[in-house]
Amino acid sequence: MDEASIRSALVEAMRIATTRLPSDVVDALRAARERETSPLGAAQLDAILENVHVARDSSIPICQDTGMQTFFVEMGTCSPFLGQLKPWIEEAVIAATAAIPLRPNTVDPFTGENPGDNTGRFMPTIHWEVVDGSEIRVSVLPKGGGSENMSTVKMLLPADGLKGVKRAVVEHVVSCGGKPCPPTIIGVGIGGGADVALQLGKKAILREIGSTHPDPVVAAFERELFELINMSGVGPMGLGGETTCLAVHVEYAYRHPASLPLGILVQCWADRRAHVRLAADGTIEVRK
Amino acid sequence: MRHELILPIDEATSRDLHVGDILYITGKLFTARDEAHRLMIEHSENGAPPPFDPSQMALFHCGPVVRQSGDGWEVVAAGPTTSMRMDLFGRRFLEMFGPRVIIGKGGMGPQTQVAMESVGAVYAQQTGGTGASGAKRIAQVTNVHWLEELGMPEAVWIFDVRSFGPLLVTMDSHGGNLHKQIESTIAARMQSILARIEG
Repeated sequence: MDEASIRSALVEAMRIATTRLPSDVVDALRAARERETSPLGAAQLDAILENVHVARDSSIPICQDTGMQTFFVEMGTCSPFLGQLKPWIEEAVIAATAAIPLRPNTVDPFTGENPGDNTGRFMPTIHWEVVDGSEIRVSVLPKGGGSENMSTVKMLLPADGLKGVKRAVVEHVVSCGGKPCPPTIIGVGIGGGADVALQLGKKAILREIGSTHPDPVVAAFERELFELINMSGVGPMGLGGETTCLAVHVEYAYRHPASLPLGILVQCWADRRAHVRLAADGTIEVRK
Repeated sequence: MRHELILPIDEATSRDLHVGDILYITGKLFTARDEAHRLMIEHSENGAPPPFDPSQMALFHCGPVVRQSGDGWEVVAAGPTTSMRMDLFGRRFLEMFGPRVIIGKGGMGPQTQVAMESVGAVYAQQTGGTGASGAKRIAQVTNVHWLEELGMPEAVWIFDVRSFGPLLVTMDSHGGNLHKQIESTIAARMQSILARIEG
C-alpha cells in the first residue's frame, strides 16, 4: 500500500459513483417502470433506464451535474492513516475532476470564482465520524444541485408530534414537484438541533434502497411516508404517475423538550454512491 | 404527435406544436443558465448583441460536462437543468432573442408563458438526469462563449445536434401547460392524503 494507491482508490470510487448507478437503485427504477400506469411517467422511466445503461457502457457520467463531492468518513481511532486522510481526499477530488471528468461545481459565493477542480473553502464536504477499531470507511455521495435545492429544515413544535412530521414531509416533497428529478430518495432526520436533523437526513440517503431502519417503529414510519408520498401522483419527473419516491429513510436523535427539528433531504433518482474501506494493514476495497 | 424538427423553424411551425407532442431536434442548440441569461441581456441592452443568432437555435437550459479534445471540445454529459431558475429572465429573453424552442426540465412560470404566446415558442422537457444519452446525440461543439468569464457549467456552448430527444412539449404558444394540469390533479389528491394523516 502506498499513498498513490489510496488516492487512486478514492478516484475509482468517485468514478464508480458518477458513472454506475448502484444496483439497488436500478432495481427500484425497474420495479417502478413495471408498476407505472401513466404513459408519460413510463416514458420518463424508460429514458432514465436507457441513460443509466449508456453511462455504464461508455463509462461516462450519468448526469452532467456530477454534484458536490460529499464524503462520509467513519474513522477507526486506531487507524494509522488518520493524519493523511483529509489531504488524500482533496487530492483525489482534483484528480477525479480531470480524469472522469467531473463538472467543476465549486463557486466562491462572494466573487463568483470557480477554481475548476471542485475544491475551495470547506470543499469537498467531509463529514467525520469517530468509530472504534482500526478501519477507515469512506462513502462518496456526489450530490446534485437540483435535488439539494429542494432540501430543507423545519423547526416544528413538539405539540405537532409525529403527525406533524408526516404532514410536513409529504407537503414538502409534493410541493417540490418535478424539480428534484423524481422518483427521489427522501432522507428524513428528526431531532437533535437544526444541523443534526439535516445531517441525519443526509446520512440516511446513503442507506441502500430496500433496507429498513433497525427499529421497527421507525421502519413502519418510513413505510407510511413512502406510501403517502406515492399517493400524490407527482410521478417520474413530475409529469404524473405512480412513483414519486423510490424510498424514504428516517434517522433520529433525541430532541430538546422545546424543539422538534425536521430535516428533509431530497436525492434525485441518480442516487450515486460508492464506498472505500481501508484496513489498518493498508488493504483497500472499493465497492458500489 | 412526433415531430422531427430541423432548426431553424419559423413562427408558424412553432405554433403547430402542442402540449403532448414529442420532438426530436436537428440543428443548433445554445446552452444558457442563470448567469448567461443575465449577461446576454445586459450586453444587448448596452448595444452588444450576442456573437451568434439565438433566434436560429433552440435554447437549452444545461450546464454540460465538456472536455478538450484536440483543438476542439467534446461533450461528456449534457442534460437539462431546472428551468424555473431562469424564469426571472424568461419573458425578456424570449422577446429579445426569439428562440422558438426552450429545452429544460420542470417548466417555467406565467410570465415566460405569456412571452411564449406572444412570440410563438414552445417549452420542451428532456428527462432530468439523462446527461449520458443526451451527449450521444450531440454531433459536435461548434463554439463556446464567455468560458473564461462564466466557467464550464455557466458558459454558452453551441452544440450541433442530430435527432436530439425525445423532448416532451409541456408548454405551448396557445396557453397549454402540462405542469399546471398535473398540479391540479395533485392538489386534489393532497386532500385525501392529509385526511389520511389526520386519520
